[in-house]
Amino acid sequence: MSRDRAFFWRRVHSLSGLIPIGVFLLVHFGINYTAFYGEEVYNQAAGLMDQLPFKYALELFVIFIPLLFHGIYGIFIAREAKMKMSVYSYEKNWYFYFQRLSGILVFIFIIWHVWTTRVQVFFGAEVNFQMVSELVANPFFLLFYIIGITMATFHFSNGLRTMLITWGLTVSEHSQKAAKYGAIGVFVLLTGVGMVAIFAFV
Amino acid sequence: MMDERKIHFIISRKNGPSSETYEEEFLIPYRPSMNIITALMEIRKNPYTKDGQKTNPVEWESVCLEEVCGACSMLVNGKPRQACSTQVDQLEQPVRIAPLSAFPVERDLIINRKKMFEGLRKVKAWIEVDGTYDLGPGPRMAEKDRRWAYELSKCMTCGLCFEACPNVNDRSGFIGPAPLSQVRLFNNHPTGKMQAHERLDRIMLEDGLTSCGNSGNCVRACPKEIPLTTSIADLNRQATIHSFKRFFG
Repeated sequence: MSRDRAFFWRRVHSLSGLIPIGVFLLVHFGINYTAFYGEEVYNQAAGLMDQLPFKYALELFVIFIPLLFHGIYGIFIAREAKMKMSVYSYEKNWYFYFQRLSGILVFIFIIWHVWTTRVQVFFGAEVNFQMVSELVANPFFLLFYIIGITMATFHFSNGLRTMLITWGLTVSEHSQKAAKYGAIGVFVLLTGVGMVAIFAFV
Repeated sequence: MMDERKIHFIISRKNGPSSETYEEEFLIPYRPSMNIITALMEIRKNPYTKDGQKTNPVEWESVCLEEVCGACSMLVNGKPRQACSTQVDQLEQPVRIAPLSAFPVERDLIINRKKMFEGLRKVKAWIEVDGTYDLGPGPRMAEKDRRWAYELSKCMTCGLCFEACPNVNDRSGFIGPAPLSQVRLFNNHPTGKMQAHERLDRIMLEDGLTSCGNSGNCVRACPKEIPLTTSIADLNRQATIHSFKRFFG
């Protein structure tokens, strides 16, 4: 029998959402949250990340390559679906739909976010409290941040729920339901952290 | 006293596989406890449209009339249903009837469900019992397993899960929920188990298990209440273990 690699790459796609992207998301949110304690603490935390050893290798293999792979392959996966939300307006189907929608929106957000922060470093800017607060001073950009953060936390927490199904951990209906409540908890908590962080810059 | 009520039907029609689709409206005399099949039979008896024009009777398929054969699948007010078990009394009027969109239409409401049967063949949804001599009785099955396996065996390949699944379409080639659930059924059977690895190898190809996006529509559409999403999650577990064993030995 001919063997294609679809299974392998789909599982890599599934895993990459948690490791490393999900883990990075949590670290990123943790650092953002320090803005709640003031400008100085935030600049210190951001500076610490800047001084990590093997910074470029970490950025490349932990952030950029996994994100590009997950995002681009994800768009191909999303393209397979033909939605009929008016006929099948069920809870899980809405999750299915929003998982695809949020993935595409967050991908666009991340491109803009990387351009306005990390890429600007090459043009002589410094990533610090002042940079972010100048960005969110524009209400349009602040709104974009709020949408981007919410889409990211939804995509991550719903992805966790479906990942448990994809790998065969939650098989029974009641375990899937428990995982759903867990995912809702993760979503509420992470969105809260994200909102506290972004409004600390306003 | 005669009941003068009429039921308004709008039916999507097609004269042949490559003809254009058109709509015709019918007014059918009401009877209590009517289902879609009895309504269609009324049209066959008296094939006149709402405007009094004579027309060809609407063609459809049905066999058992008790929701066991899976032949009378169609869209009733947009939802995939078995026509025989859909009560007219419970529907909003006008009642819109159309063929399923996930399969090629042969004529009017008749669809060709060939891709479902091809799916079953791809995944070897059978038990190999043939030998050149009497192989004797197979191993026994535990009662508690038989009980849930029986639920999966109720699948009548009606195609409603294909219709409801957002990932069954011409863009994906996904083999669909029903054949996957049959893999779980036959992989659990004491004799069928002997080909479990072959079935898993097959559903781990591009058109298989990984094309499921967990929308959960299939289980909502299934008229036999087969736990399709549980089946798929269980196959995910089997495939995870199988893939590790296949690579690491």
